[in-house]
Amino acid sequence: MKLTGAQIFVESLIKERVEIMFGIPGGALLPTFDVLYGEPIRFVLTRHEQGAAHMADGYARATGKVGVCIATSGPGATNLATGLATANMDSIPVVAFTGQVATHLVGNDAFQEADTTGVTRSITKYNYLVKDVKELASIIKEAFCIARTGRPGPVLIDFPVDVQRASCEFVYPREVNIRSYKPKYDGHPQQIKKAVELIKESERPVIYAGGGIIISEASGELREMARITKIPVTLTLMGMGAFPQDSELFLGMLGMHGTYFANQAIQNSDLIIAIGARFDDRITGRLDAFAPQAKIIHVDIDPTSISKNVKVDIPIVGDAKNVMKEMNKLLSKPGLKNIEKRKKWQKQISRWKKENPLTYKKDDKLRPQYVVEKICEATKGKAIITTEVGQNQMWAQQFYKYNYPRHFITSGGLGTMGYGFPAAIGAKLGKPEKIVFDIAGDGSFQMNIQELATAVNNKVGVKVAILNNGYLGMVRQWQELFYKKRYSATDLTANPDFVKIAEAYGASGIRVSKKDEVEGALEKAISLDGPVILDFLVEREENVFPMVPTGARLDEVIRGLA
Amino acid sequence: MRHTISVSVENKPGVLARISSLFSARGFNIDSLAVGETEQRDISRMTIIVKGDEKILEQVMKQLNKLIDVIKVTDFVEQPHLERDLVLIKVNAGKGKRSEVLEIVDIFRAKIVDVASNSVIVEMTGDEEKILALVNMLKPFGIKEMVRTGIVAMGRG
Repeated sequence: MKLTGAQIFVESLIKERVEIMFGIPGGALLPTFDVLYGEPIRFVLTRHEQGAAHMADGYARATGKVGVCIATSGPGATNLATGLATANMDSIPVVAFTGQVATHLVGNDAFQEADTTGVTRSITKYNYLVKDVKELASIIKEAFCIARTGRPGPVLIDFPVDVQRASCEFVYPREVNIRSYKPKYDGHPQQIKKAVELIKESERPVIYAGGGIIISEASGELREMARITKIPVTLTLMGMGAFPQDSELFLGMLGMHGTYFANQAIQNSDLIIAIGARFDDRITGRLDAFAPQAKIIHVDIDPTSISKNVKVDIPIVGDAKNVMKEMNKLLSKPGLKNIEKRKKWQKQISRWKKENPLTYKKDDKLRPQYVVEKICEATKGKAIITTEVGQNQMWAQQFYKYNYPRHFITSGGLGTMGYGFPAAIGAKLGKPEKIVFDIAGDGSFQMNIQELATAVNNKVGVKVAILNNGYLGMVRQWQELFYKKRYSATDLTANPDFVKIAEAYGASGIRVSKKDEVEGALEKAISLDGPVILDFLVEREENVFPMVPTGARLDEVIRGLA
Repeated sequence: MRHTISVSVENKPGVLARISSLFSARGFNIDSLAVGETEQRDISRMTIIVKGDEKILEQVMKQLNKLIDVIKVTDFVEQPHLERDLVLIKVNAGKGKRSEVLEIVDIFRAKIVDVASNSVIVEMTGDEEKILALVNMLKPFGIKEMVRTGIVAMGRG
């Protein structure tokens, strides 16, 4: 039977088991939305295309499935761009569809036309312009495959309106065969052997693991590796949740706002076992002074991540889960050397931990760190936490205890303000049984505040905890520390009344200005079914510490007051 | 160091843009780029000549390999291979000078492919060195226009 492009689009998505998609219609998508009218797939109408892209991304991070979003041509497509770049930097599987002007008008500066494949080429894993309806089904099949395999990422399909109307026989391909795309999942056995030898001989080893562990569902293997070897583990921002926080082997996060002890451990180690992480500039600090005595084993599925910034001694290209499984098999055989020296190393680390714990000033003022700790208590550490970007993001990382993968959702690579709220909506729709909190700043929240309508409209009970300091706080912190307190363009005291805003949209709003009101407010927020905005009026000039300034060595730390 | 990189790619729109942007995003200038079909119609082969920092170049090679449309990447830097470029040179060759130009063209085994009253167009294929040598010899006569196809390369054997 012949189907139109629009029908093929919907049928293909059903074949891919897509349950939900996010987006906004437009002129270049009318045939497609006509097919979506009967809701063969749940459609969530957002209020801005950026929100749609972040929702698809948040859904993907929370569930491990591919997130799907759709926007019209021109401005719809360019509005998606920030969301695609966010997903691209953090390796998140998203398939985005954009309407496009009719093929005979492409390149004509037609109404609502943009060169979408050109604009998104460098911020997607791959993209397509569908020129013939006969290619559509196989393009969609390929797109989903590329998005979710190898190092995952966003794939965009630009879908001209005349192709949506054209028709052909629908056959959904069973499998994909792209001759130039064969991700490598198994590590080279010889390299794995060498790595294990190095681990057995090391005296001061550290495991440094990142988002790759979450993506490949390898937190079990990571826990196992640490258990067998007793090697301490530090995680990147993207890796949070991959390792239990109460383990004595856990060092917290490393890097710019990492713990003092994680950074000390890295700088003094003789072996770094890097898994699914990419040594970016927020991690390494001054590159030529990074871990000067350490040899480096690097496991990553993406060969371009290896030896990009830091020279690696043993590269292993492969999937974190597969490679760690093999390593664990070899590691569990006897032969660990230097047991005494390792005990000394563990003692040293415990001393660093004891001397410089992660803390803040505990007085009767309402401090943002306290709010995050209380959110952790109120949700028993089991909520999905999303964040915006800036101080809120770092406090959310430092003071909530993440024990499960896919429970900390944050824009790590691109650092997109406005990410957390739509991502929370996407996560909650993917995991409705979970409590979902967006730990927000007053600046970031306003960058996608319009999605309150989406949350209310779809009865998505996300909770937003605004750590409201009336500043673009992280920039203000840098201005305080490095620009003589010249607070240039960072004051947000003209903020709206967030409680009234929540109510205007039909959500609930709660304002908290005193420390002793926090627990009650959180309890109330959690007990309410719908979306809730909590406006915490926190200490205005609280800073995120510890901090390694840009260009400094990892052990040149500003420790702050505590 | 100068590298001659050969890249086999899917013959599809957008592929050239993907590849050239890999270089430009890292501040690399491409000295020469030639693209054409291969023995298989759906595969094109690009020859890229580029100079630059070895570490960045290694990264670019990995990035090339990572591109979904790229089938094979070869760096000919230390491999026996042939390089050929084709050049067209429109050179002044008025009455008194024409025979001198023809003599040079002969020595280089180049060809005259067009003659006008005051100029000729010389065509030659060869590697970089040979082309530069011809250009140097013709310069004194006055080169009015020059165009090159870009270098193509193939491994020996």
